[in-house]
Amino acid sequence: MKKIQRLEMVDISKSFHGIPANKNINLHVESGEVLGLLGENGAGKTTLMNILYGLYQPDSGDIRINGKNIRIHNPLESISHGIGMVHQHFMLVQNHSVIENIALGYKDTPFFFPKVSIRKKVEAFSKEFNFSIDFEKKIWQLSAGEQQRVEIIKALLNGADVLILDEPTSVLTPQEIAELFSILEAMKKNGHMIIFISHKLDEITQICDRVTVLKKGEIVGHADTSDTDKKALARMMVGRDVIFNINKEKIERGKKVLTVDRVNILGDKGNMAVKDISFSLYRNEIFGIAGVAGNGQRELAETITGIREAESGEILISDKDITNKSPRHIYDEGVSHVPEERIRFGIAPGLHLYDNAILKQHHLDKFSKRMFIRYPRVKDHAKALVKDFKVAAHTINTEIKNLSGGNIQKLILGRETSDQPALLVASHPTYGLDVGATEYLRKQLLDLRRQGSAILLFSEDLEEIFELCDRVAVIFDGEFTGILDADDPRLCDIGMLMAGTKRIDIQDTP
Amino acid sequence: MKIRITDRDHITGLRSLAANIMSLAAGLLAISLIFLLNKVNPIFAISEIFSGSFGSMYGFKETITKAIPLILIGSGLTLAFRAKFWNIGAEGQLLMGAVFSSWIGLNIGPHLPSYLIVPLMFLAGFIGGALWGIIPAILKIRYSINEVICTLMLNYICAEFLTMLIVGPWKGKTRFGFPGTDNLPESAILGLIPGSRIHYATLILALVSAVILTILIYKTRFGYEARVVGENPDAGKYAGIDFLKTSMILMAISGGLAGFAGVGEMAGIHKYLGYPASLSSGYGFTAIIVAWLAKLNPLYAIFSGIFFAGILVGGDAIQISLGLPAATVEIVNGTLLVFLIMGDYFLKHKVTIQFSKQTQGAS
Repeated sequence: MKKIQRLEMVDISKSFHGIPANKNINLHVESGEVLGLLGENGAGKTTLMNILYGLYQPDSGDIRINGKNIRIHNPLESISHGIGMVHQHFMLVQNHSVIENIALGYKDTPFFFPKVSIRKKVEAFSKEFNFSIDFEKKIWQLSAGEQQRVEIIKALLNGADVLILDEPTSVLTPQEIAELFSILEAMKKNGHMIIFISHKLDEITQICDRVTVLKKGEIVGHADTSDTDKKALARMMVGRDVIFNINKEKIERGKKVLTVDRVNILGDKGNMAVKDISFSLYRNEIFGIAGVAGNGQRELAETITGIREAESGEILISDKDITNKSPRHIYDEGVSHVPEERIRFGIAPGLHLYDNAILKQHHLDKFSKRMFIRYPRVKDHAKALVKDFKVAAHTINTEIKNLSGGNIQKLILGRETSDQPALLVASHPTYGLDVGATEYLRKQLLDLRRQGSAILLFSEDLEEIFELCDRVAVIFDGEFTGILDADDPRLCDIGMLMAGTKRIDIQDTP
Repeated sequence: MKIRITDRDHITGLRSLAANIMSLAAGLLAISLIFLLNKVNPIFAISEIFSGSFGSMYGFKETITKAIPLILIGSGLTLAFRAKFWNIGAEGQLLMGAVFSSWIGLNIGPHLPSYLIVPLMFLAGFIGGALWGIIPAILKIRYSINEVICTLMLNYICAEFLTMLIVGPWKGKTRFGFPGTDNLPESAILGLIPGSRIHYATLILALVSAVILTILIYKTRFGYEARVVGENPDAGKYAGIDFLKTSMILMAISGGLAGFAGVGEMAGIHKYLGYPASLSSGYGFTAIIVAWLAKLNPLYAIFSGIFFAGILVGGDAIQISLGLPAATVEIVNGTLLVFLIMGDYFLKHKVTIQFSKQTQGAS
């Protein structure tokens, strides 16, 4: 008999700094059921589950177990209620063995000889659910799939009746995904409930009984997987049938600027993050790469701008080979970069605003003479940027970390575009910004396009993609599932392309 | 009760100064406790320290003498620490400077006049310290070896290497079998301000170095790159900064200045190459605190260098007058460093303590 027969979340709302992440969410899951939680990144799936797991407190709303209201203040309480969570990034000690890691998180581990006492229990679980793991191996010796199983065992051993899986398949091979699913089936028969967070339609329809679709923090639909199809789900996830709004002016594209030819790039975990991607980009053109985060966008952007090396393939800027050249060399060839994590890459937080206004450009003649930085010029430049890009800062002497995210982003965009780059690589330029800043930044990108730059825009925001781009490529699992003109009617299937269930033969016009 | 820690947005210079003074005061309070445990009147002991170092002409001259290596090394460390390169190896870099310069002094010194040999010795000292500093820079950037451990261990290697030289091949004929090289020739010995042990050439070098370093850090491309790397290595990478080059240059400077200090101690005070422990009484470590108290600004290192030199001199004084153990000075220095670092934390963060009667929800 499971402790939890029915788990409900009622009217849950949560906002961060006034930006709502979850709005009046209602959902429930019952014993022996797999609930899919579908949505793009930033839709609020993870926030919602972190509330259930006790990492965040909801602003309003209730969590009910078997009809009774409970409050969860922290993960420990959540575990004692029978809720377990496997995060997207595993929380394991790399240099400890499997059994040690399990003992570490187990509530009844004795102080002495912890491994001996829990080994029997672990082995029983392992047999019941068919985990095949060597318990003496160190975590770093295990594959991602095996590490995930360790996390699942940890949760089950702590009495989890509800298991939350956050994007569980993102790091797995197809074979491992099949194994995971068979474990989940066994758990289901056993009466466990599973909340399965994903943006991949195939998996949702395969493993889930019901699915709830989130978009921008709100539930936009519920469905039984037995009486819906992927197309309907994709439409729900993306929010609408694609609207072609062309209020941007038509401009003939100019000469070719960027050529990416059969590029392969390794990701941080040694997996192939970008597989054989080819495309070209022209003056006066905005080329959008749409897709859910983590499908190779970051690696591709970093390789084009020189931060990461390509395994193979060629990248050309106006016929000059820049493959695996240094970031400074590539910058000097006219490639600017608005990086994905602007705080992490784009600024040196403790330095002055004016120092940050020349990051990457400090070596140029206009900002330095012999070995000295020409600070008077730098300050003038910073003042001009602050004025032109409407950065709200009372002085350019302030440390840049005192600025809001939107203002930092405006400064970065200003800095990166002040030299009229041949190519601007912009990764999620408006992510997390308010409406005003977003509109402003988008307008700047269109201006840049008019002035003759080529822009490579990575975005998860489809509205942004359609508003700005001339052509759109969809990336899934490191490959393009399609490259289409922005007015191609086939783009109404973009949800399917992003989820990897559909492919359109790629014809990149040479 | 709930303790909340938030970042402080604006840190004014005044507040920073106040934090430093308060940390020093709190540190002295903690040291008072240690004095009390030793049954020494803390007020008397602390006033004795400062009157010993700043209260008399003799004491003040000694303080300046000891401030020379502290200013040199401390200002060099501000540069390394700004780039978050934790150079704990200044002691070894100092010794290497002494080794290089003593070779020049002993072998070329007899044949050259003072105005040629002294600059040559300083150059050799700089090169020695710089080479010893560049090793950990390469190891860190190329092979990701932790620089704290690396620089720390290189201290011991250098000390043993120096010992090997003075008991072996470099042992002087005039030492009657005791370890140590012969005395430097007259032309290679640094001039002193009469009536003191202040070797003025090194003192001038220390003050000039602090000024030049300030300009280097705040006005040049290299300083800019070092600060960016220290503030955010990812941004440094994004900005196309060559980490290897930057780290090598900054460690060459940081190590080279420690090498200068080694020349000063060897050719100004001892006049020959002797045991490592007598050449440097832990200046390389004390200078870490000097750099920290200077808020990583080389110009301020002049003042914090003099302050800590005072504690060294005053510490010697109370060892004699109050019969305290030799480790007293180290305890004083260590305690002050801990409090300075804590003060830095409270300067950058705001701690609010809330007493609330929030009850746990039903569970």
